[in-house]
Amino acid sequence: MTEKAIVGEKVGMTQVWDKDSNIVPVTVVKVTPCRVVQIKTVSNDGYSAIQVTIGDKDAKKLNRPEAGHYAKHGVAPGRVLVELRMADVSSYEVGQELRVDAFEAGNMIDVIGTSKGKGFTGVMKRHNFAGQRATHGAHLVHRMPGSIGQCATPARVFKGTKMAGHHGNQRVTTQNLMVVRADAEENLMLVKGAVPGPKGGTVIIRDAVKYKKASS
Amino acid sequence: MNLTDLVDQTQLRDDLPQFGPGDTVKVSVKVVEGNRERVQVFQGVVIGIRGAGAGESFKVRKLSFGVGVERTFPMHSPMIDKIEVLTQGDVRRAKLYYLRDRVGKAAKVKEKRDRF
Repeated sequence: MTEKAIVGEKVGMTQVWDKDSNIVPVTVVKVTPCRVVQIKTVSNDGYSAIQVTIGDKDAKKLNRPEAGHYAKHGVAPGRVLVELRMADVSSYEVGQELRVDAFEAGNMIDVIGTSKGKGFTGVMKRHNFAGQRATHGAHLVHRMPGSIGQCATPARVFKGTKMAGHHGNQRVTTQNLMVVRADAEENLMLVKGAVPGPKGGTVIIRDAVKYKKASS
Repeated sequence: MNLTDLVDQTQLRDDLPQFGPGDTVKVSVKVVEGNRERVQVFQGVVIGIRGAGAGESFKVRKLSFGVGVERTFPMHSPMIDKIEVLTQGDVRRAKLYYLRDRVGKAAKVKEKRDRF
């Protein structure tokens, strides 16, 4: 399970040169220090996690439960509260700051974000269906799914059948991305490749769960 | 400033000369062969510059044995050894793709002359 994780904000994409002069497409993630607000342990909460916050928020704009929660733990209020599941929380304490230099260049990470909302979307965009013919008598069915089941048996449409509907705006994890640079001075992390979500979206960066190290 | 620009700034080169579409340039490119590195020259007319920041690139067109050859270079690539501007062209548009359809003298770009 996760050993270290951090919360950031997607800034946008650009490119950098690697040492062999190849172009590396990178996503810039702004990782301001996150403050640990609460530590959840197996004995107390049934699972182990740390709750962190990033950025800052006007104290006047907090609702009572939020204000009480921050006051109880003595942490300055932040823009958002995020819970990070951890294998071991013994090394963390309330009020501690997690910084971007927990990661270094070459580390493999997973990035979790909320994908861009696409609204009500047809099957071609949502499920990569092929659609139907453009010609040969096709009429008003060019982007339709085709058959969605059989006839008298079973006489119903199976649950989970892929159809048109809401697409995007859900939690997406992109696995095994590489850290190109972790800059503690500017609080920036450069991640190779794309990261889910819009610019300004909150993303969770954690060490890659499924990546096998070459040494082990 | 946008934070992606901050990253871009670390990637930009400041040792390149100013040039624009229509200019004839001599681009010296580093070529790696095995473990040997040498410099290859590509000389021609700049027919377009696109993009900005770290992703900026430019197209150079030349005639090689009667065949038009175009090459796109990333502006800030470390593989570019140097760029020399040989002549400045007098052109009225940013993309000189019309040169592709022209042959001989019609495919020449007028040279810029300072007006008094």
